[in-house]
Amino acid sequence: MTKITPDVVDHVTKLCRIHLTNEERKKFTEQLNQILTYMDKLNELNTENVEPTSHVVPLENVLRKDALSPSLGSEKALANAPDKHGEYFKVPRIINGTE
Amino acid sequence: MTDIGKNSKDAKGKRQYEITIGLEVHAALSTTTKIFCACGTKFGEAPNSQTCPVCLGMPGVLPVLNENVVKYAIRAALALNCKFNLLNKFDRKNYYYPDLPKNYQISQDYLPIAHDGCLDIFLSSGKRKIRINNIHMEEDAGKNLHAGDTGLLDASLVDFNRAGVPLLEIVTYPDMHSVGEVEKLMTALRDILMYTGVADCKMEEGGLRFEANISLMPFGQTDLGPRVEMKNLNSFKTVIKALNYEIRRQEKSLRQGEKVTQETRLWDDKSGETSPMRSKEEAHDYRYFPEPDLVPLVIDEQLIEEIRSSLAELPASKLERFCKDYGLSEYDARVITSSRALADFYEEVAAVCKEPKTVSNWVTGELQGILNEEKRDIGDCPISPEQLAELLSLLSKGAVSAPSAKIILRDMFHSGKSAKAIIEEKGLSQISDEKDIRPAVKHIINTNTGIVDDYCKGKEKAIGALIGKVMKETRGRADPTKVSQILRELLEEEKRSR
Repeated sequence: MTKITPDVVDHVTKLCRIHLTNEERKKFTEQLNQILTYMDKLNELNTENVEPTSHVVPLENVLRKDALSPSLGSEKALANAPDKHGEYFKVPRIINGTE
Repeated sequence: MTDIGKNSKDAKGKRQYEITIGLEVHAALSTTTKIFCACGTKFGEAPNSQTCPVCLGMPGVLPVLNENVVKYAIRAALALNCKFNLLNKFDRKNYYYPDLPKNYQISQDYLPIAHDGCLDIFLSSGKRKIRINNIHMEEDAGKNLHAGDTGLLDASLVDFNRAGVPLLEIVTYPDMHSVGEVEKLMTALRDILMYTGVADCKMEEGGLRFEANISLMPFGQTDLGPRVEMKNLNSFKTVIKALNYEIRRQEKSLRQGEKVTQETRLWDDKSGETSPMRSKEEAHDYRYFPEPDLVPLVIDEQLIEEIRSSLAELPASKLERFCKDYGLSEYDARVITSSRALADFYEEVAAVCKEPKTVSNWVTGELQGILNEEKRDIGDCPISPEQLAELLSLLSKGAVSAPSAKIILRDMFHSGKSAKAIIEEKGLSQISDEKDIRPAVKHIINTNTGIVDDYCKGKEKAIGALIGKVMKETRGRADPTKVSQILRELLEEEKRSR
């Protein structure tokens, strides 16, 4: 099992857009390692004839008809927006976007 | 469009580098509502007016899959000869971007709905099979507006109307080796998606978008070389321009002995160049994991069979049938089958007027010409197939001449009247009785001595000008075949008498 190094934690925090203090970084490195060690323990089980589970609820094919319902409308949609401009959400300027 | 792929040759005319291209195609499905909520998908509505807690990514909401998305995906997969994964799951693709309200996109990574299909493209060298790697369902993101569109220098604006619009992503194998082949593939794919009614592929609305992977390698090598991925290609033209640019750029690097970096590049339409994406490599770590909010989707084989039997005839088989059954040239058949509406219109006319070639000439020529002038589509053509069939039947019976028929067609288009009514009203019925045509021919011979002299001196082509004059004299009503016959007879008499 991959060992979680402080570098891996840095990588993940960057992906998650969160900032950790040095102490937190140390703490989470330890905790994540503990979690993975526990997973290793599960790996000891023989799962050869067990289908992989993707969902714990024994349900499948929950579908809806392609029928329109009223939307919120822009006024309500924007009601909780930290910032807006007309009917748009306003966000810090995006640089080098794909669109 | 120039096909750079075919032109990348050295001084001896040999191609130096083999080009390998694969495509990812995103098509917005023509469902009424979004993939996981009941908001509408209409384009061009007021910003953020088609949003709800689900597509805005509010906490505590649950996505529920739209059954038509599944049906449309099956339809497309069948049309592209794919195999199905009967057990489907959705996955979260995690990344941060302001147009993605949940900070993840629901997509299918591990078990896409379909895989291993193919479609044919037609090249001058013959038919080529392009393989499809997989087809999967996913949700679109919102739309960001930048300073260029808004005039706001310190901020970007976001419209989430598009967030949650169902997309079908079709991934090809890297089976294309020139830009021309890519162009054929894009057209073939669009035709199939439109024919099957799965997507309307309006590129100006972002309904069909592309990403292209391209690599170059010296001929004879088997290692494909570093792959450059290009994003942000929103039309056929852009794909072609970006690929041509990339081929030139990579060729130049390779000739100078430099290495091409494996990277993602962005196409900029304004500068006409690609540039590397500045974002860190880390941004590509999407950390896919199964979407816990959606239960598995198990596709019933009976549903697949139902959809298979309801599937409309596809462009390629329609093309083949039109060539065979109507005796059309491949070119004409291709023009007519390029749109389902045009093909249907043609068939309705040809069912009444049993001269398929005449029908083809008029539908693709004169009628299409008027439609183009009026910026109308065959779908809202004011002339019905029955009306056109009537006109063409009158033409083939000799009741009207071809030049008159053109005038009548134009009148029908604008007035909505029937061919017969217009013929009566304008007195355009064809003059095919010899004794009515002869005086007009004589008149033209007497008043155009110069052209008659030319003919008698052996310039047989001069007869064309005289036919034109007789037709004009009779306001296009004379039967051109008869005119030509009588003219020749009288001219030969004239020649002998000299």
